[in-house]
Amino acid sequence: MQAVFPLTFAALLFSAGVYGVLSRRNAVLVLMSVELMLAAVTVNLVAFHGLVASEAGDPLLSGQVFALFVMGIGAAEVGVGLAIVLLLYRNRATVNVDDADLMKY
Amino acid sequence: MSIPDLFMLGAFVLGGAAALLVVTARNVVHAALYLVIALVAVAASFLWMGAEFLAWAQVLVYVGAVVVLILFGLMLTRAPIGPMAQHNENRKFAVAVSGGLFVLLVTVIVATFGDATVDVTPVRVADLGEVLYVQWAFPFMVLGFLLTVSLIGALVLARREEGEGPLPDDTDEGSDQGLEDAAQEPGPSDVTSAPGAGDAGQQIGAP
Amino acid sequence: MFSEWAWLIPALPALSVLIIVFSGRALPWKGAEVGIVALLASLGLSLGVAWEVFSHNAGVTQGIGPAGDADAAPAGAEAFLLERGLTLTPLGGDLAVELGMRVDGLAAMMFVLVTAVSLMVHIYSTGYMHGDARYTYFFALLSLFSFSMLLLVIASDLLVLLVGWELVGICSYLLIGFWWEDKHNQDASIKAFLTTKLGDVGLVVGIMALAGMFGTFSIQGVLDGVAAGDHSQALLTFALLALILGAVGKSAQFPLHTWLPDAMAGPTPVSALIHAATMVTAGVFIVARLFPAYQAAPVAQGTLAIIGAITLVMAGLLALVQTDLKRVLAYSTVSQLGYMMAALSFSYVAGVFHLFTHGFFKALLFLGAGSVIHAAHSNHMTEMGGLRRVMPVTFWTFLAGSLALIAIPPLAGFWSKDEILVAALEAGGYTGTVVLVLGALGGLITAFYMTRALYLVFAGEFRGHGHPHESEPAMTAPLIALAIPAVAIGWINLPFPALQPLSLSSWVMFDVDYWVANPVELNAVVAVIATVLALAGVLAARAIYREAPERDPLLHLGLLTHVLQRRYYLDDLYTDLIARTAVRDKLAPAAVWFSDRVLDGAVYWSGRGTYELGQGLYATGDQRGIDGAVNGLGLSALWSGARMRLAQSGNVQLYAGALFIGVFVLAVVFASGA
Repeated sequence: MQAVFPLTFAALLFSAGVYGVLSRRNAVLVLMSVELMLAAVTVNLVAFHGLVASEAGDPLLSGQVFALFVMGIGAAEVGVGLAIVLLLYRNRATVNVDDADLMKY
Repeated sequence: MSIPDLFMLGAFVLGGAAALLVVTARNVVHAALYLVIALVAVAASFLWMGAEFLAWAQVLVYVGAVVVLILFGLMLTRAPIGPMAQHNENRKFAVAVSGGLFVLLVTVIVATFGDATVDVTPVRVADLGEVLYVQWAFPFMVLGFLLTVSLIGALVLARREEGEGPLPDDTDEGSDQGLEDAAQEPGPSDVTSAPGAGDAGQQIGAP
Repeated sequence: MFSEWAWLIPALPALSVLIIVFSGRALPWKGAEVGIVALLASLGLSLGVAWEVFSHNAGVTQGIGPAGDADAAPAGAEAFLLERGLTLTPLGGDLAVELGMRVDGLAAMMFVLVTAVSLMVHIYSTGYMHGDARYTYFFALLSLFSFSMLLLVIASDLLVLLVGWELVGICSYLLIGFWWEDKHNQDASIKAFLTTKLGDVGLVVGIMALAGMFGTFSIQGVLDGVAAGDHSQALLTFALLALILGAVGKSAQFPLHTWLPDAMAGPTPVSALIHAATMVTAGVFIVARLFPAYQAAPVAQGTLAIIGAITLVMAGLLALVQTDLKRVLAYSTVSQLGYMMAALSFSYVAGVFHLFTHGFFKALLFLGAGSVIHAAHSNHMTEMGGLRRVMPVTFWTFLAGSLALIAIPPLAGFWSKDEILVAALEAGGYTGTVVLVLGALGGLITAFYMTRALYLVFAGEFRGHGHPHESEPAMTAPLIALAIPAVAIGWINLPFPALQPLSLSSWVMFDVDYWVANPVELNAVVAVIATVLALAGVLAARAIYREAPERDPLLHLGLLTHVLQRRYYLDDLYTDLIARTAVRDKLAPAAVWFSDRVLDGAVYWSGRGTYELGQGLYATGDQRGIDGAVNGLGLSALWSGARMRLAQSGNVQLYAGALFIGVFVLAVVFASGA
């Protein structure tokens, strides 16, 4: 398989995620965009596993194992992230990222 | 263009379109459902690249658990279900940044991996399991520890603290009252009126 | 045997910090007992190390015989030195950082001083700080300070020394501002931190210059490099002058001395530990550490002598006009540090010896002042008086400390100060003469202001409010314990050649050849003149103050007026009094005028005041330059901060966008590079 396909797919997912993170107001939607970015990273890792395997071999399967780790970390991240969003909602009655600007000058 | 390439292209088109819809949909629940499609497409791309275990893990973890968690998050934060403006004033800036990033990434990918190929020989789950529990055992345990910590952290963050309201006589009431008080407490005026380093700096130097 | 375990001396207080921080509040004595036990263990170990070093060095010097007899040390005779450590190369290449310890006579002496004073201050603080809201925090900071100071002392590497140096600075900052609710204390802590930081720039520059010259941060490496003589003399002088700038900041020498009197805003035990006995001697310590290097740079040595001489007279004059008891002691500390600095330009032993004795008796004086302040509920001597009868223990111990400071034989201060004057006399030349004359004059001033303080605090009738009473045993016990060394510690280095092989000069020696070539001797003329001057100061102050505190009508008027007015009024009064002593003409009014400006914290005015005194060696432009740089830095930070804060919009997504743009730029840079 051409390496360009999965890599470009990952780039598209990542850029869409970046767009979401930067422009969405709802914090849950921001979290979803972050999930997209993480998915892009896993796609890249799996693709690079295949890339390395086709050239030098990858006996430790590091690409796939790392993709697995990213999934685990992503699950942890979404759990903590949602807890923070809930806390934000409980304290400020909003989940709009724009409204959480206490650190403003 | 081989058969796996075609399948991959399908996942590409489906997943990319779903991803764009996730970040543009005006209805939050729709966005979550598009996320399901995007993640399934990612799982499919894993399958075409020979990562079968990862594909099913992706379906189980993300589609099965994470998206459900996000839907619960939408529910618990009483997000308005229905179409409405979900974007803020950063939209043009975001388009510029993400578009530029995408162009850059594609340029680099084509320049670097333009003629590289990916080995799609399926990896046996037994082999993956063996390296995972032998060579990668320690990082794997660390990951497990991380998950436990994040579980506890999420619990601590999201738990309603009944006995620790901002006012001492506020403990037995519904917590909404106390929480509004808590939200009012750190007003922005406190931040600006804190003793600044500038005052002290002036006092040191001036005779 | 003990020296191999010397690393435990700083490690135990460090452990104590952790225990106090994590479980201090739960302990029965709120963490104080942890610090006391740790310091007690460190003190025991320090004494073991000191004994081991002493028995080795005394063995060597006894083989040589009485100091001054032999022409050269026999081959193979070495002073005690033990270096252990891990070598790290964080930057790769040849430049190594050695995380190690260097145990020799100087370190052993400092261990004993720091752990003993720190232990006494810990015990004292259990009484003094009793009931304070941040009692546990206070003890955590005390332990942290002890650890930092001991780290500074034990360091075998200039970078590790710098770490300890900055840590003690931070502890000093935190402890000066310990009662931070009061804006005045905040200001004092910030001022102390910034002023010493200005000196630290010099320290860092000096360390880097030395490392650049000799390719190592190790103290031994630098000393070996200097001994080898294969270096640029100008660069060595520059590096050592830069180190002097650091020492000037830390040891509160002219012109950066202004922070130390303000540092008295901290709790009194802190003043005793940090701002009298230990931290402020760090500057003296680093000069002593690199003493062989300074020997190779006469310009740097001369600078030390001049700075020390100016400081000792200037600070002594300021101490004359203070009404705040702690400020009298603070200026006295500055003055005594000036003696040490000046001494180190001539004689290693004299400077180090004075450091050692001064640490004990000045800690005693500060703790005694704390006891007095505790009883009188005021820092001001105008609200004290007559405390001799109600506070006998405090009085007698304070008297012992004062007499040691005044240098009345045979108390501790006499022997060490006498050695400084003898060293200056033997050195001769321009700097030697200046230090000898000003040092003798400083002895007179010291005697005057300490006698004045004694009379104002302890004689006559009580002028404050309430009924003062003797402090509790937790506070008087350290006073008694410190009074013993204040009286007797000078006897460990009696200036008789026959005793030298068994004395401090042998204990702290860094080099046997130096010990042989620079014997400590008694000069009867100098000793008699210094003692007569000290007694003259005592008698002059006694004549003025014996009856004056109650009887003087001017003072009664002053007591009725507002605090500020009263201060100015007393300043005038003291002008007359000083004018009646040997110190006549313009000296006193200039010093009063000078003190008002210095209280306002202006480096510029101290230069101007010195010019008025006719002793200014620094051009006013220098002062203006320093002051302008400080102001300019502050204002430019203010200006740029006001503009840069606009970037903090609080919009997280804009921040994230900026992050991605940064990644984008980096990627383009790397891609184009590849």
